Amino acid sequence: MKLQTATRLGLYAILELARDPARTLSSGELAERFGVSTHSLAKVLGTLSAAGLVQGGRGASGGYRFTGNRRRITLMDIVSLFEPAPGNRAPEPGEETEIGSALQRVLTEIDEIAEATLRSVSLETMLRRPN
Amino acid sequence: MTAIRPAQAPDLAAISALDARLTGSNKPDYWQEMLAPERHFLVAETGKGGLAGFIAGEVRAWEFGQPPAGWVFAIQVDPKTRLKGVGSALFEALAGRFRQQGVTRVRTLVERKDHLILSFFRAQGMVAGPSLQLDMELP
Repeated sequence: MKLQTATRLGLYAILELARDPARTLSSGELAERFGVSTHSLAKVLGTLSAAGLVQGGRGASGGYRFTGNRRRITLMDIVSLFEPAPGNRAPEPGEETEIGSALQRVLTEIDEIAEATLRSVSLETMLRRPN
Repeated sequence: MTAIRPAQAPDLAAISALDARLTGSNKPDYWQEMLAPERHFLVAETGKGGLAGFIAGEVRAWEFGQPPAGWVFAIQVDPKTRLKGVGSALFEALAGRFRQQGVTRVRTLVERKDHLILSFFRAQGMVAGPSLQLDMELP
């Protein structure tokens, strides 16, 4: 499964911050840790902040800290901030045809399994078993 | 046409050998247990009366909280007789027995990377079921 870059960065950032909720990290520090651009990470942190999962970030060197509940927040909660929800996407051209709907049944099956997996893994679980 | 009939004790050696050849694991005791009366254990014969393949299953109620369904435990077809409908004939024969027992669903578990058997069950019309299988190595 390939996640969009923003989704992957969102997961990196939230997990890194959730490792130690007392710690504050800037987008620059997080970007360096994962070898990605500060700009894209800053954007992702804005989304996480708007969702109330992190706080901070004033100014270029402003740091962020984790403000969510590690046991309650699942990987799906983060993924759904960056990826369109399977049920909410716009219909693609051709989807109403027999072939289009047969293909859609297969894609929906894949989405449902992926969602069940992502929804069942909390940040706490991820951080306890980093393997 | 493939002749399908219930497996009997004298079939076990050939069943065990075919399975061991295809899976690499020899488990004669397991196949012996499949002869239990509550199970369906069917063989397909070649024109010469040899073993072309076999299928084993059972109706199980409330397994993992699910209403009664027919479970397919195993299916194997001799590679020499593949692509001739032996697997489908075995599957249909087992499905017929499940229907006679009053169940309307058939279910199985397949190794995720076993694309051959996955595509076989897909071709029969099966799709991902409502359950997810989870497991771990015991510490």
